Amino acid sequence: MADILTDPAPEAPDAVPEFPMPRESRCPFDPPPALKDLQAQAPLTKVRLWDGSEPWLVTRYAEQRALLGDARVSADTDSPGYPTKASPDAGEGKLSFIMMDDPEHARLRRMVTAPFAVKKVEALRPAVQRIVDGLIDDMLAGPSPVDLVDVFALPIPSLVICELLGVPYEEHDFFQEHTKTMVRTTATPEERGKASRDVAGYLAGLLGKRLAEPKDDLLSSIAGRIAAGELTHQQATEMGLLLLIAGHETTANMIALGTLALLQNPGQLALLRETDDPEFVAGAVEELLRYLHITHLGRRRAVTEDIEIGGQVIKAGEGVIMVNEIGNRDPEVFADPDRLDLTRDARRHVAFGFGVHQCLGQPLARMELQVVYGTLYKRIPTLKPAAPLQDVRFKSDAFIYGVHALPVSW
Amino acid sequence: MKVELEADKCVASGQCVLAAMDVFDQDDDGIAILLDEQPAAEHLDGVREAVAICPAAAIRLVDQ
Ligand code: SF4
Repeated sequence: MADILTDPAPEAPDAVPEFPMPRESRCPFDPPPALKDLQAQAPLTKVRLWDGSEPWLVTRYAEQRALLGDARVSADTDSPGYPTKASPDAGEGKLSFIMMDDPEHARLRRMVTAPFAVKKVEALRPAVQRIVDGLIDDMLAGPSPVDLVDVFALPIPSLVICELLGVPYEEHDFFQEHTKTMVRTTATPEERGKASRDVAGYLAGLLGKRLAEPKDDLLSSIAGRIAAGELTHQQATEMGLLLLIAGHETTANMIALGTLALLQNPGQLALLRETDDPEFVAGAVEELLRYLHITHLGRRRAVTEDIEIGGQVIKAGEGVIMVNEIGNRDPEVFADPDRLDLTRDARRHVAFGFGVHQCLGQPLARMELQVVYGTLYKRIPTLKPAAPLQDVRFKSDAFIYGVHALPVSW
Repeated sequence: MKVELEADKCVASGQCVLAAMDVFDQDDDGIAILLDEQPAAEHLDGVREAVAICPAAAIRLVDQ
């Protein structure tokens, strides 16, 4: 007994690495070196979170895909062992079906899959092209340098989701201002809370209008579910809010961080600028999704039954975190994974997750990014950073990775 | 070679359509439909890709 008190066991808690790990300033696009070391050592390791809990960190691609596709793995944040969020900030409550398990998850998700079908998304492409061209026209007519996040990257997903949901054009400004506040990391929690309550109130009102007078938009079809008794008004509003939020930060950061990565890799940027081949652009989007890992803190789940995987047994009630940024850099799957190579076939990346919760909006995100990457650098061929790389502030501790601002000139 | 699709499992990600347009389509709700159970050899690579990227493991390619 005395021995135990004076001599701590060698594998005392200190042996468990903390997560998330600090990034190295050398390359803001690479995962933390400590994460890469863990991946080289084993497919799964225990890590310690800010609250002292110790879930499994799943670092390799094959195990990540297997667990994300396993019905014994729960996305319900109330499941025992669910890993708490990366920071103690008071996060949002349950965000509709992404935090539920089947069969309820499937029931709710299927209500909103229709507009994300590949052909429906394709039909929106001209509207997205108009939005992107309009924002570039405004940029070119305005001052230079300018913050690309503010004038281009954030407005795009905002305007596109308005189009999809059916938010009237006259109300775009209100909507865009509020959604900007909701995702701005420099906003205070009070400001963010107020903005999201205002938008939820606005959406609830709009749902009421569509219930009375349906149109051909997604809010009308959600309102139809209320009329059919399949959703409460509250559930419908949550769903509208989920669709609104999910596509915002992710797409905006893919646009800004992607542009920065390309500006740092002029040879790759030239490939995009010089091509007229939509397939090349589509492939480039996949590679940037693989390389950039916007959702760098991983997919969180709780295990509901013992699972044997990667030489370990994960017990029921333990948490797992699948860090896709490192899965997408697994050398077993992607040769020379730390190189940005727009010509490679990167389609198997897990940037959108895997399994039944894989991102619902991915066809829309892909199309938006194809339009952006296929247009911006052609229309502003002299686009360049207006601040040195070391002055760009990265969102290392935010739930979604990216840059706070990206000053550019041309 | 024969393609099998379990539409019950499909989560409407559309990845199969992107990988093999001649073999897969989506219904009005985005759920995958099989256009061609026995695709010609030139479509098989696309089908294999669809099998590999379908997040719901809803597609299989079986030997007959
Ligand atoms: S890839 Fe799989 S989940 Fe996605 S639409 Fe096709 S069958 Fe459905």
